[in-house]
Amino acid sequence: MSQSVYVGIDLGASRTKVAVLDAAKNVIGRAVHNSGTDYGQTAELCLKEALSMAGVGMDAIAAGIATGYGRSNVTFANATKTEIACHGKGCFHYFPHAISIIDIGGQDNKIIKLSDAGLRTEFKMNRKCAAGTGAFLEEMSLRLNIPLEAMNDNAKKSTDMVKLGSYCTVFSGTEVLENIRHGKKVADIVKGLFFSVIKRVLEMDSLTENVVMTGGVVAHNPYLVDMAEEIIGRKIEVPPYPQFSGAIGAALFAINQ
Amino acid sequence: MAEEKKVVRKVIQTSKDMGRFMKDYYYELNEAATTGNRKIAWCTSVGPTELLRAMGFLVYFPETHGAMLGSTRTATDMIPAANALGYSPEICSYLTADVGAYLNKFTPLSKAYPGIETVPKPDVLVFNTNQCRDVQDWFAYYAREYNVPVIGVYTNRSVGDVTETIVDDVAKQIEGLVKPLEEISGNRFDMDKFKEVVGLSRRCSDRWKEVLETNAAKPAPMTFFDSSTLMGPAVVGRGTQVAVDLYDQLLAELKDKAAKREAAVEDEKFRIYWDGMPVWGRLSAHSKLFAGLKANVLSSTYCSSWIFTALDADDPFRSMARAYTELFIVRSDDYKETYIKDKLDFFDIDGIIYHDARTCPNNSNCRYGMVKRVEKLSGIPSLTIDGDLCDMRCVSDEQTKTKVEAFIEQLDELKG
Ligand code: SF4
Repeated sequence: MSQSVYVGIDLGASRTKVAVLDAAKNVIGRAVHNSGTDYGQTAELCLKEALSMAGVGMDAIAAGIATGYGRSNVTFANATKTEIACHGKGCFHYFPHAISIIDIGGQDNKIIKLSDAGLRTEFKMNRKCAAGTGAFLEEMSLRLNIPLEAMNDNAKKSTDMVKLGSYCTVFSGTEVLENIRHGKKVADIVKGLFFSVIKRVLEMDSLTENVVMTGGVVAHNPYLVDMAEEIIGRKIEVPPYPQFSGAIGAALFAINQ
Repeated sequence: MAEEKKVVRKVIQTSKDMGRFMKDYYYELNEAATTGNRKIAWCTSVGPTELLRAMGFLVYFPETHGAMLGSTRTATDMIPAANALGYSPEICSYLTADVGAYLNKFTPLSKAYPGIETVPKPDVLVFNTNQCRDVQDWFAYYAREYNVPVIGVYTNRSVGDVTETIVDDVAKQIEGLVKPLEEISGNRFDMDKFKEVVGLSRRCSDRWKEVLETNAAKPAPMTFFDSSTLMGPAVVGRGTQVAVDLYDQLLAELKDKAAKREAAVEDEKFRIYWDGMPVWGRLSAHSKLFAGLKANVLSSTYCSSWIFTALDADDPFRSMARAYTELFIVRSDDYKETYIKDKLDFFDIDGIIYHDARTCPNNSNCRYGMVKRVEKLSGIPSLTIDGDLCDMRCVSDEQTKTKVEAFIEQLDELKG
């Protein structure tokens, strides 16, 4: 008989992530896909892949917790938890002291503050606006006609960052066009976009001493972390599998059940 | 699979009588408007209604129409017509919904009260800027449309101490309304009648205060979502005996519930304070959301806005001036913070929700750093939700749900 595993499913607005943990809290399987339009189906696909990576079958699942916007669409979870709780749990697992977590997701950003005991003291989510989220960078990569995956390398190459002042995605789009018209280099514009993402997130709340960054946007664009470190003037920690923090936290809740 | 729990909400019997009161109120206004048998004054919700009533007017409050457009979820369809006229989507959505409804020749009153075709046409429009400037612009619009006079009281805002100077000024302004109102109504001002109305208004206010305070009981017998509608007669009927009687009845019912430990929210575990306006189009959804989490939103700044403890029949003008300036919405942040702290203590609150209503900065108290200051003062955690009173384009249900659930999880963790 195979070992018992614990599953966390984070059904986010853009991507669905599944993490499989063993009883010793090691991540032994994971998978991610676009959430698409059929949440239930995507969750099952991710689950299958993550279990296969872990080398176990469905019968090995001892418990599962769903989180994220689509959490109630997951049929195989025992219970649901909010993504705020799961991100907190997932990060505290790797950094067990008082932390401020900055999560940059596809559709929303969060700042979550945890105490030394891992208790949440405060959290903020961005307002109903895509500025500063992954959706903003996706939209801008389309405008600049460069693949999303190429944004990080582009930003790193910048020598003369373009300053973008607008608050909203539509205005930023116009500003980007204006800079293209003025012959600014794409790399400098991308760095400007990264800078505006960080600024939008940092204005959501103040941060405590120890800062952790997570989320798919951070996982794919690690240069954002370097820029954020420069702005706040101190080191920022990133957990293993930053895109899976919510899913890992959900799986940890499953273990505790 | 985690299933959404069915939430049973407790009925408040008196609400049926409140409903009848509101029905009679609107039919009476409609009759006056269609037959011309009584003059009609439109008044802002915390405007000088006692004087208008004493002068023989029937009083109509466009803000309750705005709230109705909100709660029937028709506001969002009306607002664009006002926007197209140059009334920004960023200003009061009561105003834009109401003006939009006027332009669309629509009123939710028709469905609620068959036979009523339009809102009652005014003979005069009377505002007090104590709550905001929007009411003045709103009434100015109708003054032009209906070609009727608009008069009002200009009150200071962000008031710290309500000084004698302020009271003198506002009292003089209220007195100054008498002459034009005599001309419009054709009635002579009668001091005895005025005193009687002010006395009744005070009694209504006292009862309403007591009603809200019954929620100090554990478990609380009522929710904020109940009181948002139960306050109807305190808004439109203050200054009448029937409103006093209704709140006597409601008070008795709630006291009885409290004595029997009848909870408004089953297994009440979290006691929540709501600052800001209700999201009218989501009153029932929010009520279910919180009840499903064993959380009772049981006290609010908003519902307490119709408490006018300073009213005094022996000194009607000055006491009205004081009462309508002492209100929370008129005051400085220092005052507001102490006020909220007192409520948190009185109702033994576990968490605070701030509703940041996109189109009403006047009722959104989370924009000038108060959230962190109150948290420091009280040690009670809080959550800000983005939304609006009427404009559902500013409301994200999914985000609200996630935030509220996460907040209750947080309170649960803190309770241990
Ligand atoms: S206080 Fe706010 S909701 Fe009330 S009328 Fe003024 S702007 Fe509108």
